[in-house]
Amino acid sequence: MAVESPNVTSIIVEASEYPDLVRKYQVSGVPKTIVNGRVEILGARPEEDFVRTAIGAADAPDPAS
Amino acid sequence: MPILSPSDASRVREMLADLPSPVRLVFFTQTLNCETCEPTKQILGELAELSGQITVEEHNLLLEKDLAEGYGIDRVPSIAVLGARDYAIRFLGIPSGYEFMSLLDAIQMVSAGDSGLNDASRAMIAGLASPLALEVFVTPT
Repeated sequence: MAVESPNVTSIIVEASEYPDLVRKYQVSGVPKTIVNGRVEILGARPEEDFVRTAIGAADAPDPAS
Repeated sequence: MPILSPSDASRVREMLADLPSPVRLVFFTQTLNCETCEPTKQILGELAELSGQITVEEHNLLLEKDLAEGYGIDRVPSIAVLGARDYAIRFLGIPSGYEFMSLLDAIQMVSAGDSGLNDASRAMIAGLASPLALEVFVTPT
């Protein structure tokens, strides 16, 4: 997705090395994807399903704002 | 003692044989308090030996803070995977096991400038108007 759009950044995190991030995002299983720091996508999903969910999360209004 | 076994190394060499354009692995490390920095350096060194298209640039996070900030990096070990441009793909932590395969995938994608996604996915991503930050948590095994 990052290759496809300059709007997308992608960080792959080795969970066991960063317990603070694991705590922050309550990662109890992998793979777990966090979109814009607030929306979770659990497990491996079919490609289009993943893309649709991620983009839906990016376009959704931030509940905190 | 190499981390990659001879058979793994030859498989990786094969996978990377067709890289169409150069890939830079910008690696941030530090000397103290980083157990996985040295093995990460070793893996990247072994990887660079398997393809003439891959170069590794090593930087010290503490001494080169501005550069790291430019790449959005504030932890070690970290790798920015750069092709013809910076596609904003980063790896945090040692790329071993599953993460090593992900790194190989990323190298192939940025080298080709092609995500390999299907047309429907590409169309959805092309319509994206706002920033989308993905953090994917994985484990080495």
